[in-house]
Amino acid sequence: MSLYDKFLDGSVIALSRIISHIENLRPGYQELLSRLYRRTNGIYRIGLTGPPGAGKSSLVNLLAGQLADDGRRVAVICVDPSSPFTGGAFLGDRIRMQDIPVDKGVFIRSMGSRGSTGGLAAATSNVTVALDAFGFDTLIIETVGVGQMELDIIDACDTVVVTLVPESGDAIQALKAGLMEIADVFAVNKSDRAGAEQMLYDLKSALEMRTEKSKWEVPVIATQALHKKNTEELLRLILEHKSFLETSGQLSHIRGLQLQKKVETVITRLVFRDISSNILSDGVLEKAVDKIMKGEEDPYSAGMRLYKRFKLGS
Amino acid sequence: MADKIRVLLAKPGLDGHDRGIKVIAAAFRDAGFEVIYTGLRQTPEQIVTAAIQEDVDAVGVSILSGAHMILFPAILELLKKEGGEDILLFGGGIISKEDMVDLKKAGVAKLYTPGATTTEIVDWLKSAVKDKKSDEKIL
Ligand SMILES: Nc1nc2c(ncn2[C@@H]2O[C@H](COP(=O)(O)OP(=O)(O)OP(=O)(O)O)[C@@H](O)[C@H]2O)c(=O)[nH]1
Ligand SMILES: [Mg+2]
Repeated sequence: MSLYDKFLDGSVIALSRIISHIENLRPGYQELLSRLYRRTNGIYRIGLTGPPGAGKSSLVNLLAGQLADDGRRVAVICVDPSSPFTGGAFLGDRIRMQDIPVDKGVFIRSMGSRGSTGGLAAATSNVTVALDAFGFDTLIIETVGVGQMELDIIDACDTVVVTLVPESGDAIQALKAGLMEIADVFAVNKSDRAGAEQMLYDLKSALEMRTEKSKWEVPVIATQALHKKNTEELLRLILEHKSFLETSGQLSHIRGLQLQKKVETVITRLVFRDISSNILSDGVLEKAVDKIMKGEEDPYSAGMRLYKRFKLGS
Repeated sequence: MADKIRVLLAKPGLDGHDRGIKVIAAAFRDAGFEVIYTGLRQTPEQIVTAAIQEDVDAVGVSILSGAHMILFPAILELLKKEGGEDILLFGGGIISKEDMVDLKKAGVAKLYTPGATTTEIVDWLKSAVKDKKSDEKIL
């Protein structure tokens, strides 16, 4: 029996190993993904993003439990940063997810960002395909604790929850520079702390000042993951956004845009792979650099020359 | 490109602090591993569920409570039940020589007593993972 057959049989360890296969881009992973994709059912994807330590994992802990209690088949992906120097990573989000009942079949997978700087790992949306094909109907994705412009999440989710805390004064500035647009729901977590009221007020004012109005009015909610306060209300707002997407036709619109990007990425990867195996092999690059250092060529014409050679060769 | 080594570190039982395990976690991360840490007071069921979902190459547990003769075998048995018998189980604690022999016989891959260096553990794990090849067919 192949791993894929076991996967079709519902083996959790087979799913888990298939995810690694995808993550590590092992030979044949694209063929595998193409088979998996044909078995997908349009899993609903909730993204949680926000600054480090805002309480994202603590919220996921409660949201996943509530969704599972409602009878949904829930999966969670949590991404933490990989060290750019060693490639290693400390993946600690599970520490805050202890309340998720193991026996409810909730599947949690931690991923290192592995060189991606957009808040997710390059393989995150492909892993989503495997989870969808396995039969999960709801996915929660927790991003790396983001500063400001890490926006991968919009290409990988249907509903985006931006989590802030009362101390996120700076975040309001960041919001003006882009994060505002990506939020479908705002959660001001740790609202047991001073400054929560002000934060809520600032957010609402900033939202009102937006010129580009959508039919969806972005709600702002105060939560306390630590004390399990208002998280059911948060889930209600998320699911309200889901219904909005479904009834307004927005869901298929954003998924269409995401697919367009996905196909682009697949092509780019293949081209890039060809380029690395054809022109970046056997010291070609080193030779070019040598010439540039000697003043015989410049980086721009070297790049164009090598690319032309690649195009003719293929 | 070689696959990234993934390790789960856990601390079952009721004994309190996690300083030691955090030192090892940092050493693993610096060695380029992905370390999944699940926190204190984990039951064998929780540990094995996490190990399977995370598809780790190895599980490392720290047991200072003296319950190693119960916990290690329990984890091994559950790993086997879930199809993860190829996942390496290693650990550390205050364990007598006789117990060590028994635990190794039962299938624990490696045991460390206090005083083992992190370099030692990193090197062992690297070579142990390399030795365990899977030839499972994908499609
Ligand atoms: N006071 C207070 N603390 C909270 C609340 N929610 C979470 N915390 C605490 O905040 C800390 C960080 O929580 P996490 O859930 O790990 O935050 P995170 O956003 O996932 O963190 P990263 O993944 O590291 O970016 C933990 O110590 C939580 O217990 C809350 O509502 N109030
Ligand atoms: Mg987290």
